[in-house]
Amino acid sequence: MAERTHKPKQTSRTTESAEVVETTTPVSESGEKLKAELDDLLDEIDEVLETNAEDFVKSYVQKGGQ
Amino acid sequence: MALTKVCGIETEYGILVHGGENNPVSASSLLINAYVAATSTRGRGRVGWDFDDERPANDARGFSLDDVVAPEIDTNLVNAVLTNGARYYVDHAHPEISTPEVSTALEAVRYDRAAEEIVRRSMEHANAKLATMSAGTPEVIVHKNNSDGKGNSYGCHENYLLARDVPFGRIVAQVTPHFVTRQVFCGSGKVGCELPGTPTDEVPYQLSQRADFFEEEVGLETTLKRPIVNTRDEPHCDAQKYRRLHVIVGDANMSEVATYLKVGTTAVVLAMIEDDALGDEWLLANPVPAIRQVSHDPTLRRTVLLRDGRRATALEVQWGLLERARKYERSHGLAAVDDAIGQDVLRRWEQVLTTLEVNPSGAAAWVDWVAKQRLVDGYAVRHGLAPGSARLKAIDLQYHDLRPGRGLATRVGLETLIDPAEVERSMTEPPTTTRAYFRGRCLAKYADEIVATNWDSIVFDIGREPLRRVPMMEPLRGTADHVARLIDESDRAVELLARLGSDDPHRT
Repeated sequence: MAERTHKPKQTSRTTESAEVVETTTPVSESGEKLKAELDDLLDEIDEVLETNAEDFVKSYVQKGGQ
Repeated sequence: MALTKVCGIETEYGILVHGGENNPVSASSLLINAYVAATSTRGRGRVGWDFDDERPANDARGFSLDDVVAPEIDTNLVNAVLTNGARYYVDHAHPEISTPEVSTALEAVRYDRAAEEIVRRSMEHANAKLATMSAGTPEVIVHKNNSDGKGNSYGCHENYLLARDVPFGRIVAQVTPHFVTRQVFCGSGKVGCELPGTPTDEVPYQLSQRADFFEEEVGLETTLKRPIVNTRDEPHCDAQKYRRLHVIVGDANMSEVATYLKVGTTAVVLAMIEDDALGDEWLLANPVPAIRQVSHDPTLRRTVLLRDGRRATALEVQWGLLERARKYERSHGLAAVDDAIGQDVLRRWEQVLTTLEVNPSGAAAWVDWVAKQRLVDGYAVRHGLAPGSARLKAIDLQYHDLRPGRGLATRVGLETLIDPAEVERSMTEPPTTTRAYFRGRCLAKYADEIVATNWDSIVFDIGREPLRRVPMMEPLRGTADHVARLIDESDRAVELLARLGSDDPHRT
Protein backbone atom coordinates (compact mmCIF):
# COMPACT_ATOMS: atom_id res chain seq x y z
CA MET A 1 0.00 0.00 0.00
CA ALA A 2 1.51 3.30 -1.08
CA GLU A 3 2.15 5.94 1.54
CA ARG A 4 -0.15 8.92 1.14
CA THR A 5 1.40 12.33 1.11
CA HIS A 6 -1.53 14.08 2.74
CA LYS A 7 -0.50 15.54 6.09
CA PRO A 8 -3.06 15.78 8.87
CA LYS A 9 -3.51 19.18 10.40
CA GLN A 10 -2.34 19.24 13.97
CA THR A 11 -5.04 21.53 15.28
CA SER A 12 -8.56 20.58 16.26
CA ARG A 13 -10.52 20.61 13.09
CA THR A 14 -14.20 20.91 13.62
CA THR A 15 -16.76 22.09 11.15
CA GLU A 16 -19.61 24.35 12.11
CA SER A 17 -22.09 22.53 9.94
CA ALA A 18 -22.48 19.35 7.97
CA GLU A 19 -20.53 20.96 5.15
CA VAL A 20 -17.02 19.77 4.74
CA VAL A 21 -14.25 20.85 2.47
CA GLU A 22 -13.99 18.70 -0.62
CA THR A 23 -10.76 16.78 -0.56
CA THR A 24 -9.15 16.00 -3.84
CA THR A 25 -8.77 12.35 -4.59
CA PRO A 26 -5.36 11.69 -6.05
CA VAL A 27 -5.66 9.74 -9.29
CA SER A 28 -3.77 6.57 -8.60
CA GLU A 29 -1.38 5.46 -11.35
CA SER A 30 -2.31 1.94 -10.47
CA GLY A 31 -6.02 2.66 -10.93
CA GLU A 32 -6.18 0.45 -14.00
CA LYS A 33 -4.40 -2.34 -12.19
CA LEU A 34 -6.81 -2.07 -9.27
CA LYS A 35 -9.76 -2.28 -11.62
CA ALA A 36 -8.32 -5.38 -13.27
CA GLU A 37 -7.82 -6.94 -9.83
CA LEU A 38 -11.39 -6.18 -8.88
CA ASP A 39 -12.62 -7.72 -12.12
CA ASP A 40 -10.70 -10.92 -11.35
CA LEU A 41 -12.10 -10.90 -7.84
CA LEU A 42 -15.66 -10.49 -9.10
CA ASP A 43 -15.11 -13.41 -11.49
CA GLU A 44 -14.02 -15.46 -8.49
CA ILE A 45 -17.06 -14.43 -6.48
CA ASP A 46 -19.30 -15.75 -9.24
CA GLU A 47 -17.63 -19.12 -8.69
CA VAL A 48 -17.51 -19.06 -4.88
CA LEU A 49 -20.91 -17.57 -4.07
CA GLU A 50 -23.45 -20.07 -2.78
CA THR A 51 -25.31 -21.45 -5.79
CA ASN A 52 -28.63 -20.59 -4.27
CA ALA A 53 -27.60 -17.36 -2.60
CA GLU A 54 -31.13 -16.18 -2.01
CA ASP A 55 -32.13 -19.31 -0.06
CA PHE A 56 -28.86 -19.31 1.83
CA VAL A 57 -29.40 -15.75 3.00
CA LYS A 58 -33.03 -16.49 3.85
CA SER A 59 -32.14 -19.56 5.92
CA TYR A 60 -29.36 -17.74 7.80
CA VAL A 61 -31.09 -17.06 11.10
CA GLN A 62 -29.12 -16.86 14.35
CA LYS A 63 -30.18 -16.70 17.95
CA GLY A 64 -29.31 -13.38 19.54
CA GLY A 65 -26.22 -13.54 21.74
CA GLN A 66 -24.34 -11.08 23.88
CA MET B 1 1.48 5.61 35.39
CA ALA B 2 -1.08 3.55 33.54
CA LEU B 3 -1.03 -0.19 34.11
CA THR B 4 0.10 -2.50 31.34
CA LYS B 5 -2.98 -2.89 29.18
CA VAL B 6 -3.51 -6.62 29.56
CA CYS B 7 -6.26 -7.49 27.10
CA GLY B 8 -8.14 -10.22 25.29
CA ILE B 9 -10.87 -10.77 22.71
CA GLU B 10 -13.99 -12.97 23.05
CA THR B 11 -15.80 -13.86 19.84
CA GLU B 12 -19.22 -15.47 19.48
CA TYR B 13 -19.36 -17.05 16.05
CA GLY B 14 -22.44 -17.47 13.86
CA ILE B 15 -23.25 -21.16 13.29
CA LEU B 16 -25.65 -23.20 11.19
CA VAL B 17 -26.04 -26.75 9.98
CA HIS B 18 -26.62 -26.99 6.26
CA GLY B 19 -28.53 -30.05 5.09
CA GLY B 20 -29.30 -31.38 8.55
CA GLU B 21 -31.08 -30.57 11.79
CA ASN B 22 -30.21 -26.95 12.47
CA ASN B 23 -29.92 -26.78 16.26
CA PRO B 24 -27.27 -24.15 17.09
CA VAL B 25 -26.67 -25.38 20.66
CA SER B 26 -26.00 -28.99 19.67
CA ALA B 27 -24.04 -27.85 16.60
CA SER B 28 -21.84 -25.66 18.82
CA SER B 29 -21.29 -28.56 21.23
CA LEU B 30 -20.44 -30.87 18.36
CA LEU B 31 -17.97 -28.32 16.99
CA ILE B 32 -16.12 -27.90 20.27
CA ASN B 33 -16.23 -31.53 21.36
CA ALA B 34 -14.94 -32.67 17.98
CA TYR B 35 -11.97 -30.31 18.27
CA VAL B 36 -11.19 -31.23 21.87
CA ALA B 37 -11.47 -34.97 21.15
CA ALA B 38 -9.14 -34.67 18.16
CA THR B 39 -6.50 -32.58 19.91
CA SER B 40 -6.57 -33.61 23.57
CA THR B 41 -4.02 -35.98 25.00
CA ARG B 42 -5.74 -36.01 28.36
CA GLY B 43 -6.66 -39.41 29.78
CA ARG B 44 -9.85 -38.50 31.55
CA GLY B 45 -11.58 -36.15 29.16
CA ARG B 46 -11.93 -32.46 29.03
CA VAL B 47 -10.73 -30.18 31.84
CA GLY B 48 -13.77 -28.51 33.40
CA TRP B 49 -14.40 -24.82 33.80
CA ASP B 50 -14.57 -23.63 37.39
CA PHE B 51 -17.47 -21.22 37.78
CA ASP B 52 -16.62 -20.29 41.32
CA ASP B 53 -15.60 -16.71 40.56
CA GLU B 54 -18.21 -15.81 37.91
CA ARG B 55 -20.08 -12.66 38.89
CA PRO B 56 -21.57 -11.25 35.70
CA ALA B 57 -24.24 -9.33 37.61
CA ASN B 58 -21.81 -7.07 39.46
CA ASP B 59 -22.09 -3.52 38.17
CA ALA B 60 -19.05 -1.24 37.94
CA ARG B 61 -21.18 1.62 39.21
CA GLY B 62 -21.19 -0.08 42.60
CA PHE B 63 -24.20 -2.34 43.00
CA SER B 64 -25.06 -5.96 42.28
CA LEU B 65 -28.08 -7.34 40.51
CA ASP B 66 -27.58 -10.86 41.83
CA ASP B 67 -30.75 -10.79 43.87
CA VAL B 68 -32.81 -9.29 41.08
CA VAL B 69 -32.19 -10.89 37.72
CA ALA B 70 -28.99 -12.87 37.82
CA PRO B 71 -27.81 -13.47 34.25
CA GLU B 72 -27.83 -17.15 33.51
CA ILE B 73 -24.68 -19.15 33.79
CA ASP B 74 -25.49 -22.53 32.34
CA THR B 75 -22.80 -24.77 33.75
CA ASN B 76 -23.98 -27.74 31.71
CA LEU B 77 -22.91 -26.39 28.35
CA VAL B 78 -19.60 -27.41 26.84
CA ASN B 79 -16.68 -25.57 28.34
CA ALA B 80 -13.13 -26.39 27.40
CA VAL B 81 -9.83 -24.77 28.30
CA LEU B 82 -7.07 -25.04 25.72
CA THR B 83 -3.31 -25.33 26.14
CA ASN B 84 -2.87 -21.90 24.55
CA GLY B 85 -4.70 -20.49 27.57
CA ALA B 86 -7.98 -19.80 25.72
CA ARG B 87 -11.49 -20.82 26.73
CA TYR B 88 -13.64 -22.55 24.08
CA TYR B 89 -17.29 -22.91 25.00
CA VAL B 90 -20.96 -22.69 24.11
CA ASP B 91 -22.44 -19.33 25.03
CA HIS B 92 -26.17 -18.96 24.47
CA ALA B 93 -26.53 -20.56 21.05
CA HIS B 94 -23.07 -19.77 19.69
CA PRO B 95 -19.60 -21.26 19.88
CA GLU B 96 -17.32 -18.76 21.58
CA ILE B 97 -13.58 -18.48 22.02
CA SER B 98 -12.02 -16.16 24.57
CA THR B 99 -8.37 -15.63 23.75
CA PRO B 100 -5.83 -15.95 26.53
CA GLU B 101 -4.84 -12.72 28.27
CA VAL B 102 -2.10 -10.95 26.32
CA SER B 103 -0.11 -7.78 26.94
CA THR B 104 0.01 -6.13 23.48
CA ALA B 105 -2.32 -5.45 20.56
CA LEU B 106 -0.12 -7.52 18.25
CA GLU B 107 -0.47 -10.55 20.52
CA ALA B 108 -4.23 -9.97 20.61
CA VAL B 109 -4.22 -10.25 16.80
CA ARG B 110 -2.11 -13.41 16.99
CA TYR B 111 -4.51 -15.15 19.38
CA ASP B 112 -7.60 -13.89 17.59
CA ARG B 113 -6.23 -15.44 14.40
CA ALA B 114 -5.36 -18.62 16.30
CA ALA B 115 -8.99 -18.75 17.50
CA GLU B 116 -10.17 -18.42 13.91
CA GLU B 117 -7.98 -21.33 12.83
CA ILE B 118 -9.17 -23.40 15.80
CA VAL B 119 -12.73 -22.87 14.56
CA ARG B 120 -11.73 -23.83 10.99
CA ARG B 121 -10.07 -26.99 12.30
CA SER B 122 -13.14 -27.66 14.46
CA MET B 123 -15.40 -27.50 11.39
CA GLU B 124 -13.28 -30.17 9.68
CA HIS B 125 -13.43 -32.49 12.70
CA ALA B 126 -17.15 -31.84 13.30
CA ASN B 127 -18.07 -32.49 9.68
CA ALA B 128 -16.03 -35.69 9.61
CA LYS B 129 -17.95 -36.79 12.69
CA LEU B 130 -21.31 -35.73 11.19
CA ALA B 131 -20.59 -37.75 8.07
CA THR B 132 -20.37 -40.91 10.19
CA MET B 133 -23.53 -40.09 12.16
CA SER B 134 -26.08 -39.12 9.56
CA ALA B 135 -27.37 -39.77 6.11
CA GLY B 136 -26.79 -37.16 3.44
CA THR B 137 -24.03 -34.60 3.77
CA PRO B 138 -24.92 -32.22 6.57
CA GLU B 139 -22.30 -29.55 7.15
CA VAL B 140 -21.58 -27.31 10.13
CA ILE B 141 -20.81 -23.81 8.84
CA VAL B 142 -19.30 -21.07 11.00
CA HIS B 143 -19.13 -17.35 10.30
CA LYS B 144 -17.02 -14.77 12.12
CA ASN B 145 -19.66 -12.05 12.03
CA ASN B 146 -22.00 -10.27 14.45
CA SER B 147 -25.43 -10.26 12.85
CA ASP B 148 -27.71 -12.48 10.78
CA GLY B 149 -29.13 -9.48 8.92
CA LYS B 150 -32.52 -10.13 10.50
CA GLY B 151 -32.18 -8.28 13.77
CA ASN B 152 -30.22 -10.88 15.76
CA SER B 153 -26.76 -9.92 16.97
CA TYR B 154 -23.96 -11.67 18.86
CA GLY B 155 -20.80 -10.14 20.12
CA CYS B 156 -17.09 -9.75 19.72
CA HIS B 157 -16.00 -8.36 23.07
CA GLU B 158 -12.69 -6.88 24.09
CA ASN B 159 -11.34 -6.73 27.63
CA TYR B 160 -8.78 -4.34 29.07
CA LEU B 161 -7.13 -4.16 32.49
CA LEU B 162 -7.56 -0.87 34.33
CA ALA B 163 -6.65 0.36 37.79
CA ARG B 164 -9.57 0.07 40.21
CA ASP B 165 -9.08 3.64 41.42
CA VAL B 166 -9.83 5.26 38.05
CA PRO B 167 -13.25 6.92 38.53
CA PHE B 168 -15.72 4.89 36.48
CA GLY B 169 -17.60 8.02 35.42
CA ARG B 170 -14.45 9.35 33.76
CA ILE B 171 -13.96 6.09 31.86
CA VAL B 172 -17.56 6.16 30.58
CA ALA B 173 -17.49 9.78 29.46
CA GLN B 174 -14.06 9.79 27.85
CA VAL B 175 -13.98 6.40 26.15
CA THR B 176 -17.39 6.89 24.51
CA PRO B 177 -16.17 9.24 21.73
CA HIS B 178 -13.65 6.57 20.72
CA PHE B 179 -16.23 3.78 20.78
CA VAL B 180 -18.60 5.83 18.63
CA THR B 181 -16.03 6.89 16.02
CA ARG B 182 -13.42 4.10 15.86
CA GLN B 183 -15.79 2.18 13.56
CA VAL B 184 -14.41 4.26 10.67
CA PHE B 185 -11.44 1.87 10.70
CA CYS B 186 -12.66 -1.16 12.66
CA GLY B 187 -16.22 -1.57 11.37
CA SER B 188 -16.72 -4.82 9.46
CA GLY B 189 -19.38 -3.46 7.13
CA LYS B 190 -22.98 -4.51 6.58
CA VAL B 191 -25.42 -4.56 3.67
CA GLY B 192 -28.65 -2.93 4.82
CA CYS B 193 -29.87 -1.84 8.21
CA GLU B 194 -31.44 -3.64 11.16
CA LEU B 195 -32.97 -0.69 12.95
CA PRO B 196 -36.70 -1.43 13.03
CA GLY B 197 -38.52 0.74 10.52
CA THR B 198 -35.51 1.88 8.50
CA PRO B 199 -36.02 1.13 4.81
CA THR B 200 -33.12 -0.48 2.94
CA ASP B 201 -32.79 2.34 0.41
CA GLU B 202 -32.17 4.72 3.29
CA VAL B 203 -29.14 2.72 4.49
CA PRO B 204 -28.03 0.38 1.68
CA TYR B 205 -24.61 -0.12 3.29
CA GLN B 206 -23.09 0.78 6.65
CA LEU B 207 -19.75 0.68 8.46
CA SER B 208 -20.61 -1.58 11.37
CA GLN B 209 -22.28 -4.93 12.00
CA ARG B 210 -23.19 -3.93 15.54
CA ALA B 211 -24.08 -0.22 15.63
CA ASP B 212 -27.80 -0.83 14.95
CA PHE B 213 -28.05 -2.76 18.23
CA PHE B 214 -26.93 -0.11 20.71
CA GLU B 215 -29.71 1.57 22.64
CA GLU B 216 -28.11 2.93 25.82
CA GLU B 217 -25.04 4.96 26.72
CA VAL B 218 -24.08 2.87 29.75
CA GLY B 219 -25.45 -0.22 31.45
CA LEU B 220 -25.09 -3.82 32.56
CA GLU B 221 -27.01 -5.57 29.77
CA THR B 222 -25.28 -7.43 26.97
CA THR B 223 -28.13 -9.18 25.14
CA LEU B 224 -30.85 -6.52 24.96
CA LYS B 225 -30.85 -2.74 25.28
CA ARG B 226 -27.12 -3.00 24.69
CA PRO B 227 -25.06 -0.11 26.09
CA ILE B 228 -22.07 1.57 24.41
CA VAL B 229 -20.17 1.21 27.70
CA ASN B 230 -20.87 -2.03 29.52
CA THR B 231 -20.65 -1.94 33.31
CA ARG B 232 -20.09 -5.62 34.04
CA ASP B 233 -17.71 -5.55 36.98
CA GLU B 234 -16.13 -8.96 37.00
CA PRO B 235 -12.37 -8.42 37.01
CA HIS B 236 -11.29 -12.10 37.17
CA CYS B 237 -8.32 -10.88 39.20
CA ASP B 238 -7.65 -8.88 42.37
CA ALA B 239 -10.78 -6.72 42.57
CA GLN B 240 -9.20 -4.37 45.10
CA LYS B 241 -6.56 -3.31 42.60
CA TYR B 242 -8.05 -3.86 39.16
CA ARG B 243 -11.05 -3.59 36.98
CA ARG B 244 -11.65 -5.25 33.61
CA LEU B 245 -13.36 -3.00 31.10
CA HIS B 246 -15.71 -5.30 29.17
CA VAL B 247 -16.16 -3.73 25.73
CA ILE B 248 -19.18 -5.02 23.82
CA VAL B 249 -19.46 -2.34 21.15
CA GLY B 250 -17.04 -3.70 18.54
CA ASP B 251 -17.34 -5.85 15.42
CA ALA B 252 -15.44 -9.09 14.82
CA ASN B 253 -12.79 -8.27 12.24
CA MET B 254 -11.51 -10.40 9.40
CA SER B 255 -8.69 -7.90 8.75
CA GLU B 256 -5.70 -8.37 11.04
CA VAL B 257 -4.81 -4.70 10.71
CA ALA B 258 -8.35 -3.74 11.79
CA THR B 259 -8.11 -5.94 14.90
CA TYR B 260 -4.66 -4.46 15.60
CA LEU B 261 -5.98 -0.90 15.32
CA LYS B 262 -9.16 -1.68 17.28
CA VAL B 263 -7.26 -3.08 20.25
CA GLY B 264 -4.17 -0.88 19.89
CA THR B 265 -5.96 2.47 19.73
CA THR B 266 -8.39 1.49 22.49
CA ALA B 267 -5.52 0.44 24.76
CA VAL B 268 -3.82 3.82 24.17
CA VAL B 269 -7.05 5.74 24.81
CA LEU B 270 -7.63 3.79 28.05
CA ALA B 271 -4.04 4.39 29.19
CA MET B 272 -4.62 8.13 28.63
CA ILE B 273 -7.86 8.01 30.62
CA GLU B 274 -6.12 6.13 33.42
CA ASP B 275 -3.40 8.81 33.55
CA ASP B 276 -6.04 11.55 33.23
CA ALA B 277 -4.35 12.78 30.07
CA LEU B 278 -7.26 12.65 27.62
CA GLY B 279 -9.61 15.35 28.83
CA ASP B 280 -13.15 16.26 27.84
CA GLU B 281 -12.52 17.98 24.50
CA TRP B 282 -14.31 15.35 22.41
CA LEU B 283 -17.25 14.39 24.62
CA LEU B 284 -20.37 13.71 22.55
CA ALA B 285 -23.78 15.28 23.10
CA ASN B 286 -25.84 12.24 21.99
CA PRO B 287 -23.73 9.07 21.77
CA VAL B 288 -26.52 6.60 20.88
CA PRO B 289 -27.85 8.45 17.79
CA ALA B 290 -24.23 9.30 16.94
CA ILE B 291 -23.02 5.68 16.83
CA ARG B 292 -25.76 4.83 14.33
CA GLN B 293 -25.25 7.98 12.31
CA VAL B 294 -21.53 7.35 11.97
CA SER B 295 -22.19 3.76 10.94
CA HIS B 296 -24.84 4.76 8.40
CA ASP B 297 -22.53 7.20 6.60
CA PRO B 298 -19.90 5.52 4.38
CA THR B 299 -19.06 8.95 2.94
CA LEU B 300 -17.60 9.82 6.38
CA ARG B 301 -18.80 13.40 5.84
CA ARG B 302 -21.69 13.83 8.27
CA THR B 303 -21.02 15.54 11.59
CA VAL B 304 -22.10 14.66 15.12
CA LEU B 305 -22.87 17.14 17.88
CA LEU B 306 -20.26 17.49 20.62
CA ARG B 307 -21.22 18.28 24.20
CA ASP B 308 -19.71 21.77 23.92
CA GLY B 309 -21.89 22.64 20.93
CA ARG B 310 -19.36 22.13 18.13
CA ARG B 311 -19.94 19.63 15.37
CA ALA B 312 -17.31 17.18 14.11
CA THR B 313 -17.06 14.29 11.68
CA ALA B 314 -16.04 10.90 13.06
CA LEU B 315 -12.67 11.35 11.35
CA GLU B 316 -12.19 14.71 13.07
CA VAL B 317 -12.89 13.13 16.46
CA GLN B 318 -10.37 10.42 15.60
CA TRP B 319 -7.76 13.01 14.54
CA GLY B 320 -8.38 14.76 17.86
CA LEU B 321 -7.82 11.55 19.83
CA LEU B 322 -4.69 10.75 17.82
CA GLU B 323 -3.35 14.23 18.49
CA ARG B 324 -3.91 13.64 22.23
CA ALA B 325 -2.16 10.29 21.93
CA ARG B 326 0.88 11.97 20.33
CA LYS B 327 1.04 14.40 23.26
CA TYR B 328 0.65 11.50 25.68
CA GLU B 329 3.51 9.68 23.97
CA ARG B 330 5.73 12.72 24.64
CA SER B 331 4.57 13.36 28.22
CA HIS B 332 4.10 9.83 29.56
CA GLY B 333 5.61 7.41 27.03
CA LEU B 334 3.79 4.36 25.72
CA ALA B 335 5.14 1.69 28.07
CA ALA B 336 1.59 0.70 29.12
CA VAL B 337 0.94 -0.58 25.60
CA ASP B 338 4.58 -1.56 24.86
CA ASP B 339 6.72 1.25 23.45
CA ALA B 340 7.46 -0.30 20.06
CA ILE B 341 3.92 -1.57 19.50
CA GLY B 342 2.50 1.73 20.71
CA GLN B 343 4.57 3.72 18.22
CA ASP B 344 3.56 1.38 15.43
CA VAL B 345 -0.12 1.70 16.41
CA LEU B 346 0.07 5.51 16.30
CA ARG B 347 1.81 5.39 12.91
CA ARG B 348 -0.83 3.09 11.44
CA TRP B 349 -3.62 5.06 13.11
CA GLU B 350 -2.43 8.20 11.31
CA GLN B 351 -2.00 6.29 8.07
CA VAL B 352 -5.51 4.86 8.11
CA LEU B 353 -7.13 8.20 9.02
CA THR B 354 -5.22 9.96 6.25
CA THR B 355 -6.24 7.36 3.70
CA LEU B 356 -9.89 7.34 4.78
CA GLU B 357 -9.95 11.12 4.51
CA VAL B 358 -8.32 11.40 1.10
CA ASN B 359 -9.38 8.25 -0.69
CA PRO B 360 -11.38 5.75 1.43
CA SER B 361 -11.10 2.95 -1.12
CA GLY B 362 -7.33 3.10 -0.60
CA ALA B 363 -7.89 1.55 2.85
CA ALA B 364 -9.25 -1.70 1.37
CA ALA B 365 -6.21 -3.70 2.50
CA TRP B 366 -6.77 -2.74 6.16
CA VAL B 367 -10.41 -1.85 6.78
CA ASP B 368 -13.08 -4.55 6.51
CA TRP B 369 -16.00 -2.29 5.66
CA VAL B 370 -14.02 -0.75 2.80
CA ALA B 371 -12.90 -4.13 1.44
CA LYS B 372 -16.45 -5.48 1.65
CA GLN B 373 -17.99 -2.38 0.10
CA ARG B 374 -15.68 -2.70 -2.87
CA LEU B 375 -16.98 -6.24 -3.51
CA VAL B 376 -20.62 -5.31 -2.93
CA ASP B 377 -20.54 -2.23 -5.15
CA GLY B 378 -18.51 -3.92 -7.87
CA TYR B 379 -20.83 -6.91 -7.93
CA ALA B 380 -23.95 -4.74 -7.94
CA VAL B 381 -22.68 -2.79 -10.95
CA ARG B 382 -21.61 -5.88 -12.85
CA HIS B 383 -24.94 -7.67 -12.39
CA GLY B 384 -27.22 -4.65 -12.22
CA LEU B 385 -28.41 -5.52 -8.71
CA ALA B 386 -30.53 -3.21 -6.56
CA PRO B 387 -29.20 -2.10 -3.17
CA GLY B 388 -29.89 -4.69 -0.48
CA SER B 389 -30.57 -7.53 -2.95
CA ALA B 390 -30.16 -11.09 -1.67
CA ARG B 391 -26.97 -11.72 -3.66
CA LEU B 392 -25.36 -8.64 -2.13
CA LYS B 393 -26.39 -9.89 1.30
CA ALA B 394 -24.83 -13.23 0.40
CA ILE B 395 -21.55 -11.45 -0.35
CA ASP B 396 -21.79 -9.72 3.03
CA LEU B 397 -22.37 -13.06 4.76
CA GLN B 398 -19.69 -14.93 2.83
CA TYR B 399 -17.11 -12.26 3.59
CA HIS B 400 -17.15 -13.76 7.11
CA ASP B 401 -17.51 -17.44 6.10
CA LEU B 402 -14.72 -19.49 7.70
CA ARG B 403 -14.90 -22.30 5.13
CA PRO B 404 -11.74 -22.04 3.02
CA GLY B 405 -13.73 -22.74 -0.15
CA ARG B 406 -16.37 -20.10 0.52
CA GLY B 407 -14.84 -17.30 2.57
CA LEU B 408 -14.36 -14.02 0.72
CA ALA B 409 -12.21 -12.09 3.23
CA THR B 410 -9.22 -14.33 2.51
CA ARG B 411 -9.51 -13.47 -1.20
CA VAL B 412 -9.59 -9.66 -1.11
CA GLY B 413 -5.91 -8.94 -0.47
CA LEU B 414 -6.03 -7.94 3.21
CA GLU B 415 -2.60 -7.15 4.67
CA THR B 416 -1.52 -9.68 7.26
CA LEU B 417 0.58 -9.09 10.38
CA ILE B 418 1.06 -12.60 11.68
CA ASP B 419 2.99 -15.33 9.93
CA PRO B 420 0.84 -18.47 9.34
CA ALA B 421 3.37 -20.59 11.23
CA GLU B 422 2.99 -18.26 14.23
CA VAL B 423 -0.79 -18.63 14.03
CA GLU B 424 -0.44 -22.40 13.97
CA ARG B 425 1.89 -22.38 16.98
CA SER B 426 -0.45 -20.08 18.90
CA MET B 427 -3.28 -22.60 18.59
CA THR B 428 -1.51 -24.73 21.21
CA GLU B 429 1.10 -22.54 22.94
CA PRO B 430 0.20 -19.78 25.41
CA PRO B 431 1.48 -16.20 25.39
CA THR B 432 4.56 -15.79 27.57
CA THR B 433 3.89 -12.42 29.19
CA THR B 434 0.74 -13.02 31.27
CA ARG B 435 -0.66 -15.60 33.70
CA ALA B 436 -2.08 -17.40 30.64
CA TYR B 437 1.41 -18.88 30.35
CA PHE B 438 0.99 -20.69 33.68
CA ARG B 439 -2.53 -21.87 32.75
CA GLY B 440 -1.54 -23.10 29.31
CA ARG B 441 1.69 -24.82 30.31
CA CYS B 442 0.01 -26.55 33.25
CA LEU B 443 -2.82 -27.79 31.02
CA ALA B 444 -0.32 -29.10 28.48
CA LYS B 445 1.90 -30.80 31.03
CA TYR B 446 -0.34 -31.84 33.94
CA ALA B 447 -3.70 -32.34 32.20
CA ASP B 448 -4.51 -35.53 34.09
CA GLU B 449 -3.88 -33.84 37.43
CA ILE B 450 -6.08 -30.80 36.79
CA VAL B 451 -9.73 -30.92 37.82
CA ALA B 452 -10.84 -27.49 36.68
CA THR B 453 -9.52 -24.11 35.76
CA ASN B 454 -10.81 -20.61 35.13
CA TRP B 455 -9.33 -17.19 34.51
CA ASP B 456 -7.88 -16.71 37.97
CA SER B 457 -7.17 -20.16 39.36
CA ILE B 458 -6.33 -23.79 38.63
CA VAL B 459 -7.61 -26.68 40.76
CA PHE B 460 -5.22 -29.64 40.98
CA ASP B 461 -5.97 -33.18 42.09
CA ILE B 462 -2.63 -34.58 43.14
CA GLY B 463 -4.03 -37.82 44.46
CA ARG B 464 -4.68 -36.83 48.04
CA GLU B 465 -7.29 -34.71 49.77
CA PRO B 466 -8.05 -31.92 49.62
CA LEU B 467 -7.93 -30.64 46.04
CA ARG B 468 -5.41 -27.81 45.70
CA ARG B 469 -6.56 -24.53 44.24
CA VAL B 470 -3.76 -22.29 42.93
CA PRO B 471 -5.00 -18.72 42.72
CA MET B 472 -3.73 -16.43 39.95
CA MET B 473 -5.02 -13.04 41.01
CA GLU B 474 -2.25 -11.09 39.26
CA PRO B 475 -2.60 -11.06 35.44
CA LEU B 476 1.08 -10.20 34.98
CA ARG B 477 2.47 -12.98 37.13
CA GLY B 478 2.78 -16.63 36.19
CA THR B 479 4.65 -15.51 33.07
CA ALA B 480 7.43 -17.43 31.35
CA ASP B 481 9.96 -15.35 33.27
CA HIS B 482 8.33 -16.33 36.56
CA VAL B 483 7.48 -19.99 36.13
CA ALA B 484 9.01 -21.51 32.96
CA ARG B 485 11.92 -23.07 34.83
CA LEU B 486 9.72 -24.37 37.63
CA ILE B 487 7.41 -26.08 35.16
CA ASP B 488 10.31 -27.39 33.06
CA GLU B 489 11.83 -28.99 36.17
CA SER B 490 8.58 -30.51 37.53
CA ASP B 491 7.48 -33.75 35.88
CA ARG B 492 4.33 -34.05 38.00
CA ALA B 493 1.93 -31.47 39.40
CA VAL B 494 2.76 -32.61 42.91
CA GLU B 495 6.37 -31.58 42.34
CA LEU B 496 5.31 -28.26 40.88
CA LEU B 497 3.12 -27.52 43.90
CA ALA B 498 5.90 -28.51 46.28
CA ARG B 499 8.32 -26.22 44.44
CA LEU B 500 5.82 -23.40 44.50
CA GLY B 501 5.94 -23.92 48.25
CA SER B 502 2.48 -22.51 48.81
CA ASP B 503 -0.80 -22.00 47.02
CA ASP B 504 0.59 -18.93 45.31
CA PRO B 505 2.80 -19.67 42.31
CA HIS B 506 3.50 -16.05 41.80
CA ARG B 507 5.73 -15.43 44.76
CA THR B 508 8.52 -16.97 42.78
